[in-house]
Amino acid sequence: MTSPFYTSPEQLVRDRSEYARKGIARGRSVVVVTYADGILFVAENPSRTLHKISEIYDRIAFAAVGRYPEFESLRVAGVRYADTRGYSYDRRDVSGRGLANAFAQTLGSIFIESNKPFEVEVVVAELGDDDETDQMYRLFYDGSVTDEHQFVAMGGQSEAITTFVREHYRSGLPLEEAAEIALRGLAAGAPAPATGEAPSPLSAGTLEVAVMERTRPRRTFRRIVGPELGALVERAGGSADTTPPDSAEPA
Amino acid sequence: MTDGDSAANKAALPASYFSLGGSSFVDFLAAARPDLLPTARGALTVPSDVMGEIPHGTTIVTLTFPGGVVIAGDRRATMGNVIANRDMEKVFPADDFSAVGIAGTAGVAIEMVRLFQVELEHYEKIEGAQLSLPGKANRLSTMLRGNLGLAMQGLAVVPLFAGFDLETGEGRMFSYDVTGGCYEERKYTSTGSGSVYAKGALKKLWRDDLDEASAVRVVVESLYDAADDDSATGGPDLTRGIFPVVGVITSAGYRRAPDDEIAAITQTIIAERTEPRP
Repeated sequence: MTSPFYTSPEQLVRDRSEYARKGIARGRSVVVVTYADGILFVAENPSRTLHKISEIYDRIAFAAVGRYPEFESLRVAGVRYADTRGYSYDRRDVSGRGLANAFAQTLGSIFIESNKPFEVEVVVAELGDDDETDQMYRLFYDGSVTDEHQFVAMGGQSEAITTFVREHYRSGLPLEEAAEIALRGLAAGAPAPATGEAPSPLSAGTLEVAVMERTRPRRTFRRIVGPELGALVERAGGSADTTPPDSAEPA
Repeated sequence: MTDGDSAANKAALPASYFSLGGSSFVDFLAAARPDLLPTARGALTVPSDVMGEIPHGTTIVTLTFPGGVVIAGDRRATMGNVIANRDMEKVFPADDFSAVGIAGTAGVAIEMVRLFQVELEHYEKIEGAQLSLPGKANRLSTMLRGNLGLAMQGLAVVPLFAGFDLETGEGRMFSYDVTGGCYEERKYTSTGSGSVYAKGALKKLWRDDLDEASAVRVVVESLYDAADDDSATGGPDLTRGIFPVVGVITSAGYRRAPDDEIAAITQTIIAERTEPRP
């Protein structure tokens, strides 16, 4: 092996951060919002089967943006972590904070030690007893982690979406209103259409929506699909058409 | 991903968590945490005087009816001639549409059920879809085969597996032997020490047009008959209010019959069988 030229740590971190940020900025967005009876996840995702939102454990769910194979490997590791912990101790001993820490350490060492950092951003959400005790951890490509409250937006247009959601959000919202804010937020963040194209309205066929519901016993995660999803999207001024688009562009 | 050996990486997820592998939790544990598997105890010899001090669970019955399947178990565990436990539960929901009942060495069996429950849930989360009912039955078979070493030492587990097959729209059930042999049963079956008597009762009581309520009554009555002749099977305990666990699985999922429903059935059976005093 040839010895590489010297690169200063500052340069290395800067290059890798820039690389990861570019990758994430190309991705479609995800919004996570807490509401009165649970936590709501909304993602722009034309695929029915390659999920960006997933169940990890009874009261823990996962949402991600960026490169699919990378966050999928994190998700699988997370499910393995949670199931192993729950099996060797008890179901109550699986915590979102523990999982977020494990992800943070993992992302951190990949950022420094691998040839290329993961181009992903992840939210680990844990359902509490009410929307004040819900926990949301946002993890970045370099392993840094922030503790978020009320809502999080990730992906290419996260800033525009955050601005919109912050303006309209209040605590204790019912599901329909929380979904409307999240969906309108996504629409507000949609990139301006190319010249000659009409701006594409939200369509149920390109959205992935799921909730963790406080009222459900044990496994609280549930995907919202079909007519129920259509109704939520229509309410937010989009199309209830749940047929996915023809083009198989990467999520 | 990372080897997790350096001090800074202690909290990171180990590389084995990222390895490509199937969607089986048991296979994952075998690779990453073999110490957690029930089979980690390895080959051991259980002295015969200790054998009598290990709780054993007894009778499980299951039968099909149009639209579903019922699985039930008595509540007794025995250590030799002693009653080890009066209210042990031996029928467990495995997931939303299936249940497993266990006879044999209680400790090993309950651990196996716990692992089986995680196995099914793990598959569902990783794959985003449920295993087919025969697929679930085969997974249980594989786990039993892993227990063969212990079974040969006398720590055998003989489960029954019942579930609603969402593809064919019917209740189905599977019986096992200690080697992991899996046999699909029609009509009814039973396992455990009281199974001979329970099967005798089921043979007379089972009809192909049972509805849900009468199917529940038939399993309770067959357990009553098993307890009548087998000392290791517990009958309904009216003084303490302990009744058999009865699980009903239909297209609506798993439902455990409430105790007062079973208590009412028990009262009817007792009334019917009470002989007038001479």
